[in-house]
Amino acid sequence: MGLKTTTPVPVPVPVPVPDSEPGTGTGTGREQDRWGQNDPPLVRWGLTLAAMAVVFVLIVIPVVNVFSQALAQGLGTYWQTIVLDADTRAAIRLTLTVAPIAVVLNVLFGVSAAWAIARFRFPGRTLLVTLIDLPFSVSPVVAGLVFVLLFGLQGYFGPWLRDHGFKIIFATPGLVLATAFVTFPFVARELIPVMEAVGPEEELAAVNLGASGWQMFRRVTLPNIKWGVLYGVILCNARAMGEFGAVSVSAQ
Amino acid sequence: MSTVNRRILPGFSLSLGYAVFSLSALVLIPLAACFLKAASLTWSEFWAAVWNERARSAYALTFGASLAAAVANAALGLLVAWVLVRYSFPLKRLFDALVDVPFALPTAVAGLVYSSLYAPNGWLGQYLVPWGIEATYSRLGIVLVLTFTGFPFVVRTVQPVLEGLDADVEEAALLLGATRWQTFRRVLLPALTPSLLTGFALAFARALGEYGSVIFISGNKRGETVIAPVLIVRRLEAFGYAEAAAIAGVLLVTSFLLLACINLLERWGRRYGA
Repeated sequence: MGLKTTTPVPVPVPVPVPDSEPGTGTGTGREQDRWGQNDPPLVRWGLTLAAMAVVFVLIVIPVVNVFSQALAQGLGTYWQTIVLDADTRAAIRLTLTVAPIAVVLNVLFGVSAAWAIARFRFPGRTLLVTLIDLPFSVSPVVAGLVFVLLFGLQGYFGPWLRDHGFKIIFATPGLVLATAFVTFPFVARELIPVMEAVGPEEELAAVNLGASGWQMFRRVTLPNIKWGVLYGVILCNARAMGEFGAVSVSAQ
Repeated sequence: MSTVNRRILPGFSLSLGYAVFSLSALVLIPLAACFLKAASLTWSEFWAAVWNERARSAYALTFGASLAAAVANAALGLLVAWVLVRYSFPLKRLFDALVDVPFALPTAVAGLVYSSLYAPNGWLGQYLVPWGIEATYSRLGIVLVLTFTGFPFVVRTVQPVLEGLDADVEEAALLLGATRWQTFRRVLLPALTPSLLTGFALAFARALGEYGSVIFISGNKRGETVIAPVLIVRRLEAFGYAEAAAIAGVLLVTSFLLLACINLLERWGRRYGA
């Protein structure tokens, strides 16, 4: 960092982060950054250009292509397809119903799992941590299939559900279940390390000072973990909106 | 240690109870149903369902393509993570954000876009197809979309470890006369290996189950570009629920084993203070 402060900075404090390093967020890479700049320029720029080329071909071109195809026939057609087409409207409405329900379910699960795992020791704790990750390694198609096997007409609960007039598979509840399954670990996985890093001291103090469980959670725990929750929600929502395999099996 | 006596902090039984309830209702019971259904087949029926010619070629393709994509991800991800941590260059922030795009783009859209990009009249295909490189409706295409969907995993697991490495060790290596390349290979790479392997395993696991993007680019040619999840869907469409469950069981067991490996790797990686 010392090497870079040669340019005059208007603020007289020498400590602030130089503008060159906002990207990685954590701010611990500064020392390395200086160190990396010692590489010969050829290596440095060669590697940088290679990495840029990778991201360009793999990500930028496809994304640009999506938008260019969407807008190829002009904004009017685009607008018409989105707003005036009844099927599209129904599909968007359905996605916007299913994803939030799945997200809420996973936030409730994520917060309680993180609280139990980060704050207490109990038998089976490691197993629980492992099981939370399970949906990540299960194929979305299998995720859809298992719900068909449970609630489909040929499934274990299928006949009972039909007799009582419930419809789960090939209907919104089936979509919600499949989506919630696929995005199950996101919030919990995000929150457990955050809660462990924060530590229980503030919560202990709150309880000692007479806060009720709910007060402690709302005033102490939640403010500490809110960014973790938000990041988990974003990841969860992105995956929920984009999920195709699980949903196509349980709702075709 | 963040362990606290259960009598002091509230909510232990409530939170654990709810967590276990959700886990059972949403994940464990449904998965058990899959094994139960597969178990309704006799042994020879089960074997016929999971080990016929079509299934074998589907497994081979699924594992081969996923492995190739995960290897590509490990190499490219290490490169991108390295550049992001070590060098500063214009638009670095945007570049960093772009890495997460594959997580946000619906995989079905990714499959569609890739197949249109590499089609003979696509943006990239018009230059590649004359050279004999056909990435739509081929195995190459499958590897390509799997690389896309798994791209962020390696970058995001290696990046924090690379940031946390002490410059001292490297400095020492250089002072002792090692070249940059030697330092990288002998000092940095061993410290990065656990996180690299974790990212690799995550990308591999994700690729094994990927469906949405692959069906749009593979063309699903029988015995050639049919992946295992597609086989499950085919069985399901023919109302062969038990056969579908049997193939799903094979995939499930494989991914459980993989998950166990990931956990071991993470435990190993913690020794390096990742």
